Amino acid sequence: MTIIDYRVEDDVAILTWDQPGQPMNVLSGPSLAELDAAIERAVADDAVKGIILTSGKPGVFVAGGDLEQIESLGSGPIDAADLLRRTSAVLDQLRRMETCGKPVVAALNGVTLGGGYEVALACHRRILVNQRHAKVGLPEAGLGLMPGAGGTQRLPRLVGVQTALGLIMQGKQLGPDEALKKGLVDELVDPDALISAAKAWIAADGDATQPWDRKGFEVPGGGADSVTFAQTLMGSNAMTHANTFGNIPAQEAILQSVYEGLGLPMGRAGKVETRQFIRVLQDPVARSMLRTLFFSLQECQKGARRPAEVPAFDVKKVGILGAGLMGQGIAHVSAKVGIDVVLLDRDLASATRGKEQVRKTLQRRLDKGRTTADRVEGILGRIVPSDSYADLEGCDLVVEAVFEDRGIKATVTRDADARLGDEAVLASNTSGLPITELARASSRPANFIGLHFFSPVERMPIVEIVVGEETSDTTLAKAWDYILKIKKAGIVVADGPGFYTSRVFGTFISEGNHLLVEGVNPALIENAAKLAGMPMPPLGISDQVGLGTMHKAAKQAEKDAEAAGKPWKPSPAQAIIASLIHDHDRWGAHPPPDPDGTPRKPGGFYDYDDGGKKLWPELQLAMRTWIEEDAAQPDAEVVKRRYLFTQCLEAVRCFEEGVITNVRDGDVGVIMAVGFPAFTGGPFTYIDNYGIKEFIRDAEALAAKYGPRFTPPPLLHHMSTHHRTFYGVTPPP
Amino acid sequence: MTDCFIYDAVRTPRGKGRKKDGALADAPPLRMAKTVLEAIPERSHFADSEIEDVIFGCVEPVGEQGANVGRMAALIAGYDDCVPGVQLNRFCSSGLEAVNIAAAKVKAGDVELAVGGGLESMSRIAMGAAGGAWSTDPELAFGTSFVPQGIGADLIATKHGYSRNDVDAFAVESQRRAAAAWEAGHFEGSIVPVKDGVGVMMLDRDEHMRPGTTLEELGALKPSFEMMGRNFGFDAVAVQKHPEVEAIEHVHHAGNSSGIVDGAAAVLVGSKGAGERLGLKPRARVVRSATVGSEPCIMLTGPAPASKKALSRAGMNASDIDLWEINEAFSSVCLLFMEEMGIGHEVTNVNGGAIAFGHPLGATGAMLLGTMLDELERRDLSTGLVTLCVGAGMGTATIIERV
Repeated sequence: MTIIDYRVEDDVAILTWDQPGQPMNVLSGPSLAELDAAIERAVADDAVKGIILTSGKPGVFVAGGDLEQIESLGSGPIDAADLLRRTSAVLDQLRRMETCGKPVVAALNGVTLGGGYEVALACHRRILVNQRHAKVGLPEAGLGLMPGAGGTQRLPRLVGVQTALGLIMQGKQLGPDEALKKGLVDELVDPDALISAAKAWIAADGDATQPWDRKGFEVPGGGADSVTFAQTLMGSNAMTHANTFGNIPAQEAILQSVYEGLGLPMGRAGKVETRQFIRVLQDPVARSMLRTLFFSLQECQKGARRPAEVPAFDVKKVGILGAGLMGQGIAHVSAKVGIDVVLLDRDLASATRGKEQVRKTLQRRLDKGRTTADRVEGILGRIVPSDSYADLEGCDLVVEAVFEDRGIKATVTRDADARLGDEAVLASNTSGLPITELARASSRPANFIGLHFFSPVERMPIVEIVVGEETSDTTLAKAWDYILKIKKAGIVVADGPGFYTSRVFGTFISEGNHLLVEGVNPALIENAAKLAGMPMPPLGISDQVGLGTMHKAAKQAEKDAEAAGKPWKPSPAQAIIASLIHDHDRWGAHPPPDPDGTPRKPGGFYDYDDGGKKLWPELQLAMRTWIEEDAAQPDAEVVKRRYLFTQCLEAVRCFEEGVITNVRDGDVGVIMAVGFPAFTGGPFTYIDNYGIKEFIRDAEALAAKYGPRFTPPPLLHHMSTHHRTFYGVTPPP
Repeated sequence: MTDCFIYDAVRTPRGKGRKKDGALADAPPLRMAKTVLEAIPERSHFADSEIEDVIFGCVEPVGEQGANVGRMAALIAGYDDCVPGVQLNRFCSSGLEAVNIAAAKVKAGDVELAVGGGLESMSRIAMGAAGGAWSTDPELAFGTSFVPQGIGADLIATKHGYSRNDVDAFAVESQRRAAAAWEAGHFEGSIVPVKDGVGVMMLDRDEHMRPGTTLEELGALKPSFEMMGRNFGFDAVAVQKHPEVEAIEHVHHAGNSSGIVDGAAAVLVGSKGAGERLGLKPRARVVRSATVGSEPCIMLTGPAPASKKALSRAGMNASDIDLWEINEAFSSVCLLFMEEMGIGHEVTNVNGGAIAFGHPLGATGAMLLGTMLDELERRDLSTGLVTLCVGAGMGTATIIERV
């Protein structure tokens, strides 16, 4: 197999990387072996003055390393010595290339990322095509990984530590202009001038020595002995610690690699990086993140769970019932991909207001230069506000996004259903009402499905697809085609109260309430949630959701109990929220106005002012009826475990009950939709990594102390007995 | 084990630690070391060759105070070639630790007579000049939740509920006591003026003090560590380590923290036999010392555990101590120490402290010991405990008893 084509032109060896049968080139053992051979051949050929390394893939130089190879390491232990040897071979080879004595030019014809850019860094000059889609950078950190082919050593020496750390740690990909400005490439050229520019440089300059191999070399902005380097590291350590809560090993490893390697000669610096690279791979976090955030997410983005036998369905016209926040967002993302949208509300003014909100959102993007006026007008032109169900005629799909009230939903479903053809799909964006029940208002319950979008729709990358009892496979496939068209990922869940993601998330909020009632210091309640990796702490979320909304849910539960003739007593947490509202006029971060229209001051579990927010200092005292006094304070580690375990256990129950049928969906869903800590790889991966037996043991300990919500469901015991894990069979110890 | 006695304790006045106007900044740090080392044999009339070791603390031991400044100090002071020297670094308690180690050598019988002390020219060698891995090595910084010590001091105040007013009031009192002590001449017996190479006076009085400082004046100062804490992630790191704290209240500033100054100190310790042989009068006995490690992120909570350990090893209780010196690194450190030891301000830092005088890092411990000794004698009291909080989470304490 030839991966790298070798030819000599004008005294220059041109190495063209073109992996047969693959859409892109990736850095791999075989490709590197051929690169090595080609370099040696050029070095040995006296007629060759210089070497150009380019790619035969249109618009792509090398897209990165071989992630499948990393994923294939699985979750078991890693042979560090073997990996060190293999990775060191790559580094030695790149080192050989940059010291081979002949100038090597990276003629970058497009996307040059990760391992591809690391190869380019080991060349003496980098020339990039000046095209919008040409991206350059080291994006590994975005997947919880780090560069492993010299990137953390060469980039800081090329552009300075501060710039390099910023790029590597955030996994930034730069377009041509920025790449040139920051020094990641030396020259931008038109695509057809790429090879000639490379030849011209070899002819005119052709210095075959890297800057860091020159005598008297100094790292731009200060080397390992400089005060600036110490300051940069001090600041980066603290900021990274602050932002990651110490949960992302790759972030520390990148810093460690730069810290330890910068003062070394390049020939030795690589090994320092390799040690850190292996450290990252040895930690379950990187492999877990890679599995869920790359491979599993890709499945969800490609519709792997779409019934394959149903032919593709192109949604050209969508109706949206209800022009509120969710309706606006769904209209926006639909129109953005060229779908015609009818945005329907009870009167034209409301529908038009909804469209105007979309305009505002787009205007903000326009102001930031993230879109163009033409595109904005195009999107808005496809959204037609309406108050007439007749306008729904011809819709391929209708999304109902009205108020969460069974009666109203039934009415609008009936009215829409009457206007739709037999092929059309009717979807409800309910966040928790049973789909099977809502489908009864439709004359075609097989065409009825749940599409649970998350707010803000423009930014949230995932949709929960809820299959009701009567939903057909065809409808499921059509719904998939729609959400893939609007560029969302999807997970498929069965009908049931709260579906999947909300159920899992609900246990987190509820655990916060348990802690509050137990008398745990509210600061600890909130900080431990953040330490566990939750993006928002529970009391803070309650304030954001609105205490009135939460109180309404409690009132509904009371009403339901009354109707069923059952006794009902508010939980202490519900009583606390009721008291915050009624006794203290605290409604949360965005309070509704008084009945007479006077605006209320924001305030709930927190006080809010211009400077930010601060926990309401009176909280524990004011709520002492329901809160234990002088309670012993738990260790933060215990609180963290409670947050993660309660969510994981709920996820397992959902899987056990068949609410979700695929653990990859289960892992992706809660990370993307409700902020389950990404570093864990999701609840199922978390439990696998924890060890089923160990998880059961610790869950039982929590159950004994804090209540039966921590009791491991039978599925876990079954798995433990049969040595099974969620992602495979446990190897015998 | 042999008893160890303190025979003398001297110190330079503390000069402002600024190159532009600090009185001691226009001579190398060794000038201060030479001043105190020359005074030791001179004041007690014995031959410097009797000194068997010079143990000197220094926290930034680089440049002109680098490379074993203990030996350099002995040499520049003109001590006999046979007198060795060593430098040690226990951060802020270095000066006290130097005395403790000298005393330990005496108690062990390895030496009969030694000098412990320290020096720091903060004007010429800036804080942080020695570098170090704590803040820069990610493994260490992440693993120990490194934050600058001012954030630790603010964290102490936040955790223990010391308000801005509390820490400022402590600082005002320190200034008042310091000024009163100078006024009354309490330090005269131990301060050795520093003269330049041609014999002209450079400094004969602590120059960092701000007598008459008021609560209102301090109240107007901006917190020193707020910007750093909020903008560079340090507050967040500290809160992650101490999650029972919601947010750090930044209450410390230049007016309620120790000043940056230059200074040196030396303490002569020795066995009973050495004193008798050389006709020296023992002034106090070194009863017991202790150094402990404590949680490094909050960093400055070591003094109480160190003091309790020293007391316990000595078979004593806090009530057995007549006077206390806790280095005024930051007001909150002192407030916490008094709270944890159950002692009042009236017996603590009775002549003021580093908020008024300044804190020449490597020297302060030895200076406090001398201050304590003078005050015990002046009041005719018996026992004193000197302690300092120490960087990276440590504390050192020494108990002395007059004889």
